[in-house]
Amino acid sequence: MDPIIIIGTGLAGYSVAREFRKHDTETPVILITRDDGASYYKPDISEAHAKDKTPADLVQKTAEEMAEMLDATVRTHEQVEAIDREAHQVKLASDTLTYSKLVLAWGADPIVLNLAGDATDRIHKVNNLMDYRVFRDHLAAGSHVAILGAGLIGCEFANDLIQHGYKVSVADPAGWPLAQLVPEAAGDAVKTALAHAGVDWHLGHAATGVHHGGDDRYHVYLDDESHIDADVVLSAVGLKAGTELAEAAGLDVDRGIVVDRTLVTSDPDIYALGDCAEVAGHWRPYVGPLMQCARTLGKTLAAGADAEPGQVKYPTLPIIIKTHVCPVIVYPPVDKHGEWQIERDGTAVEGRFVDGDGQLRGFVLTDEATNKRRDYIKEAPALLD
Amino acid sequence: MKKWQCIVCGFEYDEAEGMPDEGIEPGTKWEDIPDDWTCPDCGAPKDDFEMMEVD
Repeated sequence: MDPIIIIGTGLAGYSVAREFRKHDTETPVILITRDDGASYYKPDISEAHAKDKTPADLVQKTAEEMAEMLDATVRTHEQVEAIDREAHQVKLASDTLTYSKLVLAWGADPIVLNLAGDATDRIHKVNNLMDYRVFRDHLAAGSHVAILGAGLIGCEFANDLIQHGYKVSVADPAGWPLAQLVPEAAGDAVKTALAHAGVDWHLGHAATGVHHGGDDRYHVYLDDESHIDADVVLSAVGLKAGTELAEAAGLDVDRGIVVDRTLVTSDPDIYALGDCAEVAGHWRPYVGPLMQCARTLGKTLAAGADAEPGQVKYPTLPIIIKTHVCPVIVYPPVDKHGEWQIERDGTAVEGRFVDGDGQLRGFVLTDEATNKRRDYIKEAPALLD
Repeated sequence: MKKWQCIVCGFEYDEAEGMPDEGIEPGTKWEDIPDDWTCPDCGAPKDDFEMMEVD
């Protein structure tokens, strides 16, 4: 029997392989990755200093160890060039592999800002462990890091760096941190706590260019003509699902590769999950939804063609933002029809998003208010029931 | 004996069953699982768990 081929060895690829092996120990499995295939827990990257871990410490298992554990073949440093749906084949640079079922788990790519200047090639991005190794290599004791983007990753990095001896400036065109996820009061709490810890905020201002500033330093220019003088520039302006290869193969794509609640794409033998997939209209590049998909898909792949495929469920899985100086737990409302009701005491913010009938649809809790998370999780509706 | 579910990843832990494959004996309380233990599903370290009791 032709193998199941999984493209990607991040949390999605390895998790679906692991779940599959719980139900099927016979069918061959091949995983393909463009990196070294090391297994690591990605959310640890943005709090590596707090956990006193180097990039090498973050590796939990090597590709060889994963291959042995999963009884699978892991093809490292391989770039997939095309998917031939008719022939059921994946084309690599120097090989062609035939699949019975194909799983797309190649993740998302960092959005790259279109900036002016002669140093844009020096801007770091961190979306995997390889990127993080490079970033850490460029950090010296006391380095001043300019972070572009005050979203989840930008804020977690700001927190991790400012608490471990670095200088940090953060620029974002939005008026408050985490603006795409939380209402202003919660963002302001994070801003206040991180400012108190030493973060230099440039909110309401987009970066326009990155220039060499002499002595290995960089000038990050903002739209008010001011600039940040930094040793290292990190871009963390968001992710975009990897859809190009899928689109080239003729699969339906939107914000991500379009799949239904059985995780199947518009081709019945190709599935997708994780940061590259849009599941029943929802693109959720977070650990919780990803793990739910891995569990559902692992069973489906093992069950065979005649079985009814399982439907993924997304219970109330909030997003936890590990800004230790002011932790945040947010469950963003899916439907924007409603309003935020905010109670604030210093940096403790309790926000309820309620619809016209008074039903809780989303919530945000910061700092000490996060102690109430259990009550909120019980009250808030599941995303996919 | 309690049952727990992680609100980050949906992982379930039943104290009565333990996780014999992971070397966690049946009857082990969540709080007694060693701090250096990591999730067999997603690799999360124990201190990243957000356990809620489930019925």
